[in-house]
Amino acid sequence: MIGQSIVLAEGDIPFPPSVEDFFLPSIVPWGEHSVWFTKFTALIWLAVGIAIVFFLLSYRKPQLVPTKRQWIAESIYGFVRNNIAVDMIGAQGVRFAPYFTTLFCFIFLNNLWQIVPFVQISPMSHIAFPAFLAIISYVLFIYVGIRHHGFAKFFKHSLMPPAPWFMQPLLIPIELFSTFVARPISLALRLFANLFAGHIILLVFTFGGFVLLNSDAIFLKPISVLSWAVSIALTFLEALVIVLQAYIFTVLSASYVQGALADGH
Amino acid sequence: MNLAEVSGSLSAIGYGLAAIGPGIGVGLVFSAYIQSTARQPESSRITLPYVWIGFAVIELLALLGIAFGYAFGQ
Repeated sequence: MIGQSIVLAEGDIPFPPSVEDFFLPSIVPWGEHSVWFTKFTALIWLAVGIAIVFFLLSYRKPQLVPTKRQWIAESIYGFVRNNIAVDMIGAQGVRFAPYFTTLFCFIFLNNLWQIVPFVQISPMSHIAFPAFLAIISYVLFIYVGIRHHGFAKFFKHSLMPPAPWFMQPLLIPIELFSTFVARPISLALRLFANLFAGHIILLVFTFGGFVLLNSDAIFLKPISVLSWAVSIALTFLEALVIVLQAYIFTVLSASYVQGALADGH
Repeated sequence: MNLAEVSGSLSAIGYGLAAIGPGIGVGLVFSAYIQSTARQPESSRITLPYVWIGFAVIELLALLGIAFGYAFGQ
């Protein structure tokens, strides 16, 4: 990566940034464009490892008066359980709190790579990872709904809103699309597009700085400093976005589960 | 006679137009939240998850613009 930045400083800047900037050379085999072990693989496993080690260490010897680390772990879990699971689903939301906490931590840690210096790209900016997370939530809320209502009643429940019978031919396709097609796609696309756009924006201002620095017009050179300052400011905006997107993904999953569990309207 | 000649991709302009609607929509969501909280401060915790859900649904429209700009822009 440091090698990459040195190459960038010597000119030959890929500006404007494009989709190709997201396909980094793989680590094993080194430098080739294959898919065996890429930077994203490493980052995903690293994030999983950090989450597991953090929660295991902080809860190894739980104390009545929590230590600082135990307090942090408990507040993360407590936040997801009380403010997402129970607030959205109700009392039985406690059952789903472990899943939502895992989801929240996984998305948050992976998003966090977006702003970690010298990493600065999130695995979530590839559609595969958000898409798989969305599939898990999709299967979960359908499974929970079928378990709760039974197969026929669940689909009747979610496809036929209470309306006059002659409206149903219009409403059933809309409900079918919005519940079973748009939900997983929108979940995946929202997370993906946020991090994709975030990375593109950072690339525009960082590479744009180099482009300005290398430009022939003498008055344009100092403006590169401004461009880099903007990219630092936007990194702080990204910090807000990554927390927000982890929260939104979890809240929407919770609201879908709540919709599947709801009894009547 | 060429009054204005454009070379390259127009998708940036298209995305700018596409972002107007979601921009207004997100503004409406937060203005409604601020108003309701000003009128009934105790309700702020209750309405907050719905603010984020509404924000997320509207924001998706702008994000679709980014994704489709790259998907169909070639």
